[in-house]
Amino acid sequence: MTLLPGLLYLADTTLILSHRNSEWCGHGPVLEQDIAISNMSLDLIGQCRNFYQYAADLQGNGATEDSMAYLRTGREFKNLLAELPKGDWGFTTLRQYLFSQFQYLQFRQLSKHKDERLAAIAAKSFKETTYHLRWSREWVIRLGDGTAESHARMAAALKEMWPYTGEMFMTAQPDEALGLNLAMLQQEWEQEVKQVFGEAKLDMPHGVFMHSGGKSGRHTEHLGFILAEMQYMQRAYPGCEW
Amino acid sequence: MVLMEQIKDPEIPVVSIVDLGIVRNIEFEDNEPVVTITSTYNGCPAMDMISMQIIALLQSLGFKQPKIKMSLHPAWTTDWINDDAKKRLQEYGIAPPDKRFTIPADGVECPRCHSMSTRLISAFGSTACKALYQCNDCKEPFDFFKCH
Repeated sequence: MTLLPGLLYLADTTLILSHRNSEWCGHGPVLEQDIAISNMSLDLIGQCRNFYQYAADLQGNGATEDSMAYLRTGREFKNLLAELPKGDWGFTTLRQYLFSQFQYLQFRQLSKHKDERLAAIAAKSFKETTYHLRWSREWVIRLGDGTAESHARMAAALKEMWPYTGEMFMTAQPDEALGLNLAMLQQEWEQEVKQVFGEAKLDMPHGVFMHSGGKSGRHTEHLGFILAEMQYMQRAYPGCEW
Repeated sequence: MVLMEQIKDPEIPVVSIVDLGIVRNIEFEDNEPVVTITSTYNGCPAMDMISMQIIALLQSLGFKQPKIKMSLHPAWTTDWINDDAKKRLQEYGIAPPDKRFTIPADGVECPRCHSMSTRLISAFGSTACKALYQCNDCKEPFDFFKCH
């Protein structure tokens, strides 16, 4: 099976997550954290470019990293449901933690992939994700185990975000293309998350309905708005450069 | 390689792209140079500028079609930065990477007053490769090149 659907899933997920985080640039709560979240956006964009470049090489027919990002429709985007609006700082840091924890384990698994180019991108991305994980983990604990206000906000963020995490572990075409062991990923992820939530005084949700569809191109209404903003220039002025 | 040392990191002008381990290989195909480089961090925006500078330098030497090849493996590491470059980083005010730790909470030597009493302000600094620290003695904030 070709790696292509798997590469697009990885690229789209990192792109959309990066885009949401980038909305904090110039709006962070303090300068250092503004720089931190923007740096993470940049890392994610770098990872996404590597995945798109590889996908474009496999696809051929003149595809480029730019055509992949700017000229595909919402139904063609295979990202996890990372597109929810950035919310408050608690929501952003919680989402980043849940995704970083997942990417940390996912990239670690992919760094041993038999495809050398994929393994190399994953190994490089894994190093960067280590910083994202450490940073977001600290925020979840700080805010969860903080004041009554910060705890209430984290609990609310968790209630909103949790139903969008289940798809990480639901087998779909991209996972098969990548040959991921999702059962193992889920077990490791839940174990880590449980420990962090314990420190953050947050209750691990159970038996919650989990949304899915992102990996097969069915998204929340929020993705369309991101793509409209991100793609309008190339749609309105095809091939435009500066 | 000696030629490539003329090209400095756009963000840290005291070290060259050779010092940092960005240039991995130079070979010739049909008498035209092919320079293999690797990115420090995947999203480092300096890479495009570095590629342009390499091409411009080689064109100024009369080569018609110099090429850049990107390498991903092995992943870049601060272990490739040589000792002399680390010294220059320190003199420039950036604490060089230290093999003992990635981003410690304290104990990084202040590049200004050499105090060991320093603390981490943020794991993410002015560029992807640096973290922000402050010296408890001279109070000066400074960058630390993350051991990566």
